[in-house]
Amino acid sequence: MTIARKRYALALGAGAVALAVVGGSALADMPKRGGVLNFVVGSKIPTYDGHRESTFGMIHPIRPFYSLLIRVNPENPQSTTDYQCDLCEGALPSATNDGKTYTFSVRKDVKFHDGTPLTAHDIKATFDKIIFPPEGVISSRKPQFSMVESIEAPDDHTVVFNLRYPSGAFIPAIAAPFNFVFAKKDLEREDPEGQDPLYGMKWHQTNINGTGAFRFVQHQPGAFVEGARYDGYHHDGKPYLDGFKAISAPKTAVRINAIRGDRAAIEFRGFAPKQRDDLVAALGDRITVQESDWNCQLLISINHKKPPFDDVRVRQALMHAVDRWSASDSLSKIAIVKTVAGIVFPSHGLAIDDATLKTYAGFWPDIDKARAEAKRLLKEAGAENLTFDLHNRTVDMPYRILGTWLIGEWKKIGVNVTQAGVATSEWYATHRAGTHDLGIDANCQSVINPVADVGKYTSRSGNPANYSHYEDPALDEMHDRLLRSGDPAEQAEIMRAFEKRVLNDEAHYGMTLWWNKINPHRSYVKGWKIAPSHYLNQHLDQVWIDKG
Amino acid sequence: MSKYVVKRVLLMIPTILGAGILVFLMMRLLPGDICLIRIAGDGMGVSDEALARCRAEFGLDKPLWAQFIDFAVGYATFDFGKSMWTTNPITHEIGLRFQLSLQIAIMGTITAVAIALPLGVISAIRQNTWMDYVVRTFAIAGIAIPSFWLGIMIILGMLILTQIWFGSPWMLPVEYRPIWEDPLHNLSQTIWPALATGYRYSAVITRMTRSAMLEVLREDYIRTARAKGLMEKVIRTRHALKNAMLPVVTLIGIEFAFLIGGLVVTEQVFNLNGLGQLFVDAVNAHDYTLVQALVMLVVAVFVVTNLVVDLVYAWFDPRIHYS
Repeated sequence: MTIARKRYALALGAGAVALAVVGGSALADMPKRGGVLNFVVGSKIPTYDGHRESTFGMIHPIRPFYSLLIRVNPENPQSTTDYQCDLCEGALPSATNDGKTYTFSVRKDVKFHDGTPLTAHDIKATFDKIIFPPEGVISSRKPQFSMVESIEAPDDHTVVFNLRYPSGAFIPAIAAPFNFVFAKKDLEREDPEGQDPLYGMKWHQTNINGTGAFRFVQHQPGAFVEGARYDGYHHDGKPYLDGFKAISAPKTAVRINAIRGDRAAIEFRGFAPKQRDDLVAALGDRITVQESDWNCQLLISINHKKPPFDDVRVRQALMHAVDRWSASDSLSKIAIVKTVAGIVFPSHGLAIDDATLKTYAGFWPDIDKARAEAKRLLKEAGAENLTFDLHNRTVDMPYRILGTWLIGEWKKIGVNVTQAGVATSEWYATHRAGTHDLGIDANCQSVINPVADVGKYTSRSGNPANYSHYEDPALDEMHDRLLRSGDPAEQAEIMRAFEKRVLNDEAHYGMTLWWNKINPHRSYVKGWKIAPSHYLNQHLDQVWIDKG
Repeated sequence: MSKYVVKRVLLMIPTILGAGILVFLMMRLLPGDICLIRIAGDGMGVSDEALARCRAEFGLDKPLWAQFIDFAVGYATFDFGKSMWTTNPITHEIGLRFQLSLQIAIMGTITAVAIALPLGVISAIRQNTWMDYVVRTFAIAGIAIPSFWLGIMIILGMLILTQIWFGSPWMLPVEYRPIWEDPLHNLSQTIWPALATGYRYSAVITRMTRSAMLEVLREDYIRTARAKGLMEKVIRTRHALKNAMLPVVTLIGIEFAFLIGGLVVTEQVFNLNGLGQLFVDAVNAHDYTLVQALVMLVVAVFVVTNLVVDLVYAWFDPRIHYS
């Protein structure tokens, strides 16, 4: 595991911050019941419907009201493969029928907050909505379930997923934190005015009825969401908290000050290193810091539609110019980035090892040699005095910081780049239209599911998220094999070939650094363990407060 | 008078409609749309199918003229629609924020007027004395210091000073509660932005009051009043101040309307869930329906405030009649 739970202790006067690992003794503390957890959220809630939305602004305040069929183990969220049953019971089912059938036993002791008992039919109705949404219903994660052929509920406590082919991407996709389980009766509600045939399918956009650890109390739009302990929660003895309040605070300074002034105890998305240090400097051991690699990365999209970026030598040259290894040390002091890795999350079993990575364009350990190679390639391609725009979001952390860093790196091989910052909506629109030269692209996922996540690099014709705008049938074929492979050794082999083609042979996309999640929080918040995604481990049933 | 008021109210309709049409077109000129922002989240893939369904749900797949007709028909029937971002009715989204913005505007105005009128009068009466210099310095500083900067200083000052004094930093509340639910909580959050905005606001009014008073104090009728032997206090309040109030009232009206919809940065600094913050969120999310409604609301506030100011003129100056 690359992650440690850390506590920063301040050496006041000396002005130095010392890092200390929180020992096992702290983790062994017995949970205490009671208290209300106030936390701040840096984004506003769109609707309450997890199947439709994609923002942590919805996940953080709404996830505690809902349960999932399976979830990432809250006691071991750093593991990329440790899932456990939430609404199912027993161990996670193994695939049968040559890896094409998953049968889940549904718990019999679960009730929705309105008193309705949960059955397998609710699970089926939920995943039918996610995977096979009727016309007019938005399901943002439908593409992640391309392997699912059908869902059955043969009885009240069994749900069966039939796959078209065996796939290692299925279980992680099911565990995604957006897959809130809704009651079938709610999904089938009829419009009292008789006008909207999809009324039930849209009911959860503005209403909440889940089986989560907390029941909904109130939502003051734009201000806060309040939840209270659900006494009928199905995980024994939990939740520990009496309730929570998720306070909306879009400005980072407000969130920092709220924690400093104890108006909030924690912010679950993450802060920059400087903000962590400021909090530690102000509060000393009243602040605990947890850090983790983050399942987010900024990529360099290289628009193949625009010459000379259709020339692989130019693309490789631009990659060779960038010194990622030294940047890992320097940039991690000022920005939420840290780890150098390939296209797979660093600690996952399918991730590349450093020795292999160092043979790829852009990862050579000898940067002088790499830059000499970059200049040679540019000269060979007739693009020595290359000038272009780097299309980026007007968001400082870490977009503009990384953009500025890249421009400096490219200048070292004689390439002149201008950073073109635009608002988020324009950033997406331009990337999709393919009118940019190079761009800073983002790939930020919840559950670590490399087999599905690397679909980002397949051909544009079948993948609208490919902002380098290329067609590469060889990659598509490899990804198809990857999706259908249930054998980890075979997956690793395909992944290596896939990754080498994306980053080195074709240099379709450039990597920057993987994000580094930093969560400083009040030390009285216990039980919450940082996950490698700001979407994960937000059900709050294991969190407790210890104010002595 | 009532005929005049009715005429002015009717004139509001084309003004608000004009603003609505303008913002309808301007919002659609911006690249991107709400569906991209909603589905992509923090950098997730965007499925074309989900995008198409989202655009169909909000009518964004229709031609512009058809969208405009939907918009015009909705407003003509007082159906302001739903926020595209939250799917809640617009009236619901705006209602809560409006009460907070109105409260801050009222508190800021009271603060400003309570400070500005006495200072402006003193500064005029004691022109070129040390008192005048102090007031002018205070006023110029107020104009020069942005209220959001003052807000940041207030917050940081409180955090640092309370930590020094009590060992634990104190921060003003960051979540809003209506004044009738929890007055103490409400006031401990709203008093600071009211002071920060009220200071800048008072500086502008102080300057205006001072210059208007100086002008009036040099009028012949003031000299006549003094020659008649009227008490100086009566001359200043009844004859000078009342006549000097016309430009001051105009300024108070404009500033009051601005406070309701224009406190974008100050609201962010104090984490106030007001109309300014909602405006920013709606524009960032390309929430067309909400932006349109907010623009028209702010226009309406300005128009109504102007009308009230015009009516107040008649009270200050009996020579003004409306018909």
